[in-house]
Amino acid sequence: MRKINYIIISILFSFLFIILYSSLDNERIYNTKDLIGKKISQVEINLFQSNETINTEEFINNEFTILNFWASWCAPCRKEHPNLVRLSKIKNIKLVGVNIKDNVESAKSFLKENGNPFDILAEDKNGKNSVNFGVYGIPETILIDSELKILKKYIGPLNIKDVNEIRKLVKK
Amino acid sequence: MLSNLGNTLIIVALLISFLLVFFSFKEFRTNNNSIPGKIYKISLLQLFFTASSFIILLLAYVLSDFSLANVYENSHTNKPLFYKISGTWGNHEGSLLLWINILVLFSSLFLFINKNKDKDFKILTLLFQNILVIIFLIFLLSNSNPFSKLFPIPLEGLGLNPILQDPALAIHPPLLYVGFVGSSIYFSAALAALISKIDSQSLAISIKPWVLVSWFFQTVGILVGSIWAYYELGWGGYWFWDPVENSSLMPWFVMTALLHSILVLERRIGLYSWVIVLSILTFTMSVTGTFLVRSGILNSVHTFASDPSRGLFILSFLIIMVFFSIYIFFKFAPNESKKYTIFSKETFIIANNWFMIFFLGVVLIGTLYPVFLDTITGSKISVGPPYYNLVLAPFLIPLLFLMTSGPNYKWISHETKSFFDLVLVLSVILFLITFLLIKESSFLLNLILFFSIYLIIQTLFDFYESFKKKNINISRIISHLGFGLLIFFIYINHIFSQENNFNLKLGEIKKTDQYIIKFENLEEKSIKNYKSIVGYFNISDKKTSITKELKPEIRVYDKPITITYEASIESNLFSDTYLTMSNISETDVFNIKFQVKPFMNFIWFSVLLLSLGGLLNFLSRNKNEKN
Repeated sequence: MRKINYIIISILFSFLFIILYSSLDNERIYNTKDLIGKKISQVEINLFQSNETINTEEFINNEFTILNFWASWCAPCRKEHPNLVRLSKIKNIKLVGVNIKDNVESAKSFLKENGNPFDILAEDKNGKNSVNFGVYGIPETILIDSELKILKKYIGPLNIKDVNEIRKLVKK
Repeated sequence: MLSNLGNTLIIVALLISFLLVFFSFKEFRTNNNSIPGKIYKISLLQLFFTASSFIILLLAYVLSDFSLANVYENSHTNKPLFYKISGTWGNHEGSLLLWINILVLFSSLFLFINKNKDKDFKILTLLFQNILVIIFLIFLLSNSNPFSKLFPIPLEGLGLNPILQDPALAIHPPLLYVGFVGSSIYFSAALAALISKIDSQSLAISIKPWVLVSWFFQTVGILVGSIWAYYELGWGGYWFWDPVENSSLMPWFVMTALLHSILVLERRIGLYSWVIVLSILTFTMSVTGTFLVRSGILNSVHTFASDPSRGLFILSFLIIMVFFSIYIFFKFAPNESKKYTIFSKETFIIANNWFMIFFLGVVLIGTLYPVFLDTITGSKISVGPPYYNLVLAPFLIPLLFLMTSGPNYKWISHETKSFFDLVLVLSVILFLITFLLIKESSFLLNLILFFSIYLIIQTLFDFYESFKKKNINISRIISHLGFGLLIFFIYINHIFSQENNFNLKLGEIKKTDQYIIKFENLEEKSIKNYKSIVGYFNISDKKTSITKELKPEIRVYDKPITITYEASIESNLFSDTYLTMSNISETDVFNIKFQVKPFMNFIWFSVLLLSLGGLLNFLSRNKNEKN
C-alpha cells in the first residue's frame, strides 16, 4: 500500500512538473506559428488624433509593411523604440504604429522624447481592434508583404537580432 | 561602492551558511547532549551578514545610488522617501534578498528560542533550513543579483511604477513574505522530525508558534493586499481571484488546516503523519506560488518582469524539494492507527482539514488549468470569479455549520447535544428578519446567510460562556467569530452594492435612483513627482439629504510616464461611497464610476478579528510557558 502511494504521488508530481516545465517557454510561441503565412485580417483602424481611418487592404501598395503595437505606459516599448527607429531607415518598409489604450498627451511626449519612426500613426483607444490582428500583448510587431501575407510576428520587444532578420527578409 | 560591499556581504553570508550546514551535519548523531556554542555563534554571524546586505541595499535606495542596476531600474531621486524604502522589496531581486533575510532570521530564532528540545531534531532542522538558505543565496548571486553594477552610472533612475506607490502596497509584500517564508521553518522541522523520530507532542509544541506567526502574517498580508486593490485599482472590488492573489491564498488554506491539526497533535498521538504532510505542503505551495508569479507563465496585475531562466531555477528547486520530501516521508514516516470516535472534536478538526484541502484544490485547479490548457492544446483562457463562486459557495454551508457545532464537542469522547437550543432559535429569528429586509430569492445564498448568522450567534454565546467558566479557548472564538462575520458582511455587501457608470461634463448633474451627483469643479495641481487633476463632486442622498464631497484624481506621473486614477472614497462606519473619474480624450467629458459599497469596514474588521485570534493564541501560549 505504502509503495503504491509512493509511486502514485511521484507520478502525479512528475506530470505536474512536466507541464509546468513546458509552459515555461510557452508564451513566446503563442499564436505566432499558426498566423505566419496567412493573410492579415481586414481591419479598419483610426488614425492617431483624427477622424480618418485606414484599412489594412491599403497596405497592398507597400512593398513591405510593419505593424507595431505600442503604448507610452509600456516599459518594454521604450526599450524596443531605438530598434524601430533603425527599421524606419530601411526604404522599402512602411512602418505603421498602432498606439493602444493610451493617453494622447503621454503618447505624444513619448514620440517627442524618443523620436517618431512611424510613417503612419494609428490608434486603438480600447484595444479592441488589435485583438483582430491576433495581438495579445504589447509590444508586438507584425511584418507583412505586398500580398498582405504575414511573414513574421514578434511578441515582446524587438531586439537588434530581430532588426537584422527583418533587414535580410526584405532584401530578397 | 555599495555594490561591491553588498556583493561581499552576500558571498560571506553564503560561505557562513556552508559552514553552518557543515557543522550541523557533523554534529548530527554525536553523543553531545547539547548543541555546541560555535553553532550559535555562526548562526548569529550569518544573521548579521545577511541583515547587513539588506541594509546596504536599503541604503542604496535611500541614497539613490544608480550605480546599482536594481536601483536604477526601480527608483528615482524625486520619489518620496517612503517609496524609496519600499522600492527595495518592490522588485524581484530586492524581494528575493528580503526572502533570504527571513529564512535566516527564522533559522536563528528557531535555534535560539527552542532551547530544550531534542538535539538531533534541532540540528537537523537547522541543517535543512540552511540548505534552503544556500540554494536561495546561489539563486540570488547567479541570476537575480540586486547588487549588479551599472556603468556608466546613470544620472537618473527609471522610477517605480506609480500604481505601486501606495502605503498599503508598500507594506503588504513584507507581511506576506513572513507568512510565505515563515512556513520554511516548519517544512525543515517536519523533515527533521521524521528523521530524528521525535514524538508527536514535542513536534506539535515546537512548530506551533511558527505556524501561528506565519498564519497571522499571511492573513494580515492578504488583508492589506485586498485593501490596496480596493483603493488603488479603482474597480471597487477587493478580491479578484487573480493568480497572484490565489498564490497567497493557497498556502493560507494549508496553514489553516495545519493550525487545526496541531491542536489535535498537541493533545493526542494521531495525525502525526498528516501534520508532517501539511507542513511540507505549506512551503511547497509557497514556492509554487512564487514560481507562478516570478516565472511569468501567468498573466496578472502583479507581474514582476518575467524571465524564463528565473522560472527554470525556481521550478528545479521545487522539483528537488518535492521529490526529496516525498522520499524522506515514505522512508521514515511511522505507521499510525486511528483512535477516535466519529462525534469527537478530532473528527470536526479533520473535517476542517478536508474543507481546506478541497478549497486549496479548487483554487489550485483554477489557477493552473489555464496553464495546462495552454500547454496541451494551445488555447488561452482565463478562469474568473464565476468559477470560484460556483464551486466554493455551496461548500461554505457545511463548513460554517461545522465551525458552529464542532468546537463544542469534547475530545475523543462521544457526547450528543440537543440541536434545538436557544442559539438555534435566535439564529432563525435573526435570519428571518434579515431575509424580510433583503428578500433574496436564491436558496443557496439564503442558506449561507443563515449559517453565517448561526455561527456568529453560537460564537457570541460561547464567548459569554467563557466569561463564566474562564477556561474556553478565547482565540478560537475570536477567529471563528471573525470568519462568520466575514461571510455575513461579504454577503450583505454583495447584495447592497450599487454601481453607476455615466459621463459628465463640468457643472452637470446626474441623478440616480437614490443619489444626486454634481460635478462642481476641476483643479490642476503640480506635486513633487506627478501632476494631478482633481475633480470636485457633490453627492447628496435623496432619502436622508446627507451630502458628501468627493475628490477623485487623475495623476500623471513623469517617471515613468503613467496615468493612474485615484478613487475618492468617503468611508463611514456603515457604508463607503466610492467615485473614480477618467478622462475621455479630446472631449471635456469625464467618465464617472460611482459606487456605494456597504459594510466595507466591517469586512476589513472581520479579517482583522480572524487574524487576531491567531495572535492571541500565540501570545497566550508564551504566557503559559512562562508560568
